[in-house]
Amino acid sequence: MTDPVLSIRNLTVEIPARRGLFRPVENVSYDIKPGEIRGVVGESGAGKSMTGNAVIGLLDPPAHIAEGEIWLKGRRIDHLGTEEKRAIRGKEIGMIFQDPLTSLNPLFTVGEQLVETIQLHLKLSSDEARERAIALLDRVSIPNPSERFDQYPHQFSGGMRQRVVIALALCSDPSVIVADEPTTALDVSIQAQVLDLIKELAAERQVGVILVTHDMGVIADTTEEVTVMYAGKVVESGKTDRILGAPEHEYTRSLISAVPRPHVKLKRFPQVSYGGRETEFKIEDLARNWPKPEASGSGKLLEVKEITKQFVVKSSIIPSWNSYLTAVDQVSFDIRDGEVFGLVGESGSGKSTVARMIATLYEVNGGRILFDGEDMTAMDAAGIARYRRQIQMIFQDPFSSLNPRMTVADIVAEPLLHLGILPKQEAKLRVRELLDRVGLAKDAWRKYPHEFSGGQRQRISIARALATQPRFLICDEPTSALDVSIQAQILNILKDLQEHLGLTILFISHDLPVVRQMCDRVGVMKQGQLVEQQETEALFDAPQHPYTRELLSLMPRLEQLSG
Amino acid sequence: MSDLTPTDQNSAEETAPALSRLHRALDSDLAYSFRRSPVAMVSAAVSLTLILAAVFAPLFATTNPFDPSSLNLMNGFTPPLQPNAFTGESFAMGTDDQGRDVYSTILYGMRISLFVGAAAVLFAMVLGIVLGLLAGYLGGWVETLIMRVADIQLTFPSILVAMLIFGIAKGVTPVEYRDQMAIWVLILAIGLSDWVQFARVVRGATLVEKSKDYVDAARLIGRRAFPIMLRHILPNVLSPVLVIATISLALAIIAEATLSFLGVGAPPTQPSLGTLIRIGQGFLFSGEWWILFFPACTLLALALSVNLLGDWLRDALNPRLR
Repeated sequence: MTDPVLSIRNLTVEIPARRGLFRPVENVSYDIKPGEIRGVVGESGAGKSMTGNAVIGLLDPPAHIAEGEIWLKGRRIDHLGTEEKRAIRGKEIGMIFQDPLTSLNPLFTVGEQLVETIQLHLKLSSDEARERAIALLDRVSIPNPSERFDQYPHQFSGGMRQRVVIALALCSDPSVIVADEPTTALDVSIQAQVLDLIKELAAERQVGVILVTHDMGVIADTTEEVTVMYAGKVVESGKTDRILGAPEHEYTRSLISAVPRPHVKLKRFPQVSYGGRETEFKIEDLARNWPKPEASGSGKLLEVKEITKQFVVKSSIIPSWNSYLTAVDQVSFDIRDGEVFGLVGESGSGKSTVARMIATLYEVNGGRILFDGEDMTAMDAAGIARYRRQIQMIFQDPFSSLNPRMTVADIVAEPLLHLGILPKQEAKLRVRELLDRVGLAKDAWRKYPHEFSGGQRQRISIARALATQPRFLICDEPTSALDVSIQAQILNILKDLQEHLGLTILFISHDLPVVRQMCDRVGVMKQGQLVEQQETEALFDAPQHPYTRELLSLMPRLEQLSG
Repeated sequence: MSDLTPTDQNSAEETAPALSRLHRALDSDLAYSFRRSPVAMVSAAVSLTLILAAVFAPLFATTNPFDPSSLNLMNGFTPPLQPNAFTGESFAMGTDDQGRDVYSTILYGMRISLFVGAAAVLFAMVLGIVLGLLAGYLGGWVETLIMRVADIQLTFPSILVAMLIFGIAKGVTPVEYRDQMAIWVLILAIGLSDWVQFARVVRGATLVEKSKDYVDAARLIGRRAFPIMLRHILPNVLSPVLVIATISLALAIIAEATLSFLGVGAPPTQPSLGTLIRIGQGFLFSGEWWILFFPACTLLALALSVNLLGDWLRDALNPRLR
């Protein structure tokens, strides 16, 4: 058995805060052997990044290591001074951060940044450093490395930039690399390549890697050992196969069960609650007062016919000199009554633009949108007003979708009052009832959004969307900003809405397993075009378009999880 | 610092009982940061004392400097804390050439300075917020027009703009109203020279807020541009405005003093701090230093404390600096 290259012993990080001492990391221990990838997984606030920062000596004051030891190759490093820590950082311990946009300096060429780092840590001449840098770029599979050496970061794509960051981390042959959510900002197809690269390099150079992530799929694909953290503590640690296959701790079990299964459609997301009170969504109570869903004439609630959206990229005084970017190009699909229709695609594929056009937030440049048989694009403002209460939307970011200066009661009541659906007094009662139904505490109505967690805010968003008793709900990545366990709760709520209230839903996501669980039919978008449209099961089992096949093959797998 | 958010919100819900509004305000992060900053507390104490002294000037002043019957020319040029050679009266800060008590004149003068400063900032703020919101939210030619005007105005020193406006206004008002109008013209002049920074900040903040989903949620139910600006965006852009308003208040007080010092501001019949300094500087070299010294110190204390308070407010409201 080889000696660990890095070991963390009983590490505790403390932050003296306004109301007493806060311990984001408590009594954490784990080892990394050379060439091993150790996954650290947990939900936001679990202290996993903080542990990584403690290792590289980059804790933001007033956070500090209160107890415990960190050993690097037999040398204790946690109590070293700032200068000594800086000497180790970069040389002995490399770093890969989440956002490749901000971890490279936009004013220097990629080559300059590499050479600078190399010369800082290794005594090499400029020519030798340049040679080494090009070799590194080549190693991280950047095509034409000697040409791209002199380019600036903005000339690289997101995935390429992350490769450069990896090359930077490897500059001085470190023995440990701390990778903090290295692929979270990347699209699935690029995520897989970057993870493969990290895996290869770890084995080839015998580097120990700490891979911090919230994504169980990444853990399953990449790591041999995994440490599960919850609220600053390690709840379980061991071989990845064992932990994912037969988790011992209840929290690990709840975390794994909440991950959407890519291969089989389940009726509901299994929820094992851990910590905290279960907040229940009272769908039966809500359904009692809900109007019977009216059937539309044709059985199709929404028909989208060849819609196109162009954005002006460069405007000019003379309209014909404007240059445009076609975000959505002749997209057509129908959504039937009571159906969940999914739109998937990578970032920039135009799926959100489609949603915004349907919600009348963007004007359509061409094509028609028929709601319940009537052409919304041809209507005047008064005509559209009649449909406002029937179409509602749930947004991606629960932190920006609620006005921070309004109370929850005012937020949820706004659609009711503005559209004149209920008078003030009744609206007040309806709002409290709604908040209770979506599972919020009794006094939630008088609080402000910042007093709630992400999942609770998304419930407020749902309450606002349901206030007008709509027939059609647009969900634009409703859970991509949430932790998996919260995601499972919110997705179950959406399923209930569709099932019990007969809501028709347009569900937009980049997350294929989620789409498989949620949708009846799916459309796949690529660069503004709808390339394939299928029943969900058919699409996942027998994709027709090459792009769909590619996307599906890149889905993070959790093969250890059966059923 | 997302790692700091507690994972279990439910427990927080249980432990936090319903607080009263006052309790909440005292418990807020702003109040906490205030209690931890000695600079903020001292400058708040100084500015509050000065403002209260000015507002309730008749209660604190020993004489009314505007009432000629209370003046005794024999008291002229009495040095501070020394009995007058003729009348035997003693004044804490001495008297000026007409026998007016400098201490009382300062209190009354500060009233005018503060009133002009506050009113000018309020005027600039309202104008700046309205134009900034319009420019940020509507965009297009409205934005171009407003921001170009702002750019042009920024190329002139604001004191010059104020003097220009003051000069024009003086030219068009009839002679008999000039002294009465002087204060209002001063407010207009300082306010108009100061709206640009409010408009710029509000426009920037509006651009950020406009792209947030809650604005889309309001548009989704068909709210029109003006209600969205007033109800949704305005409350969210106010905190930077508050900071600029505080710092602008200090600058406006100084601007008023400068204009009055140059002789284009408050008339000698209604002396502001600036007017007092102008009167005082005539006697500086003949040995009557106190006529200049005390008004100047008051102006310094007032402007500095308000400015420091604004600085603290900016840091406290900016979470990145915490």
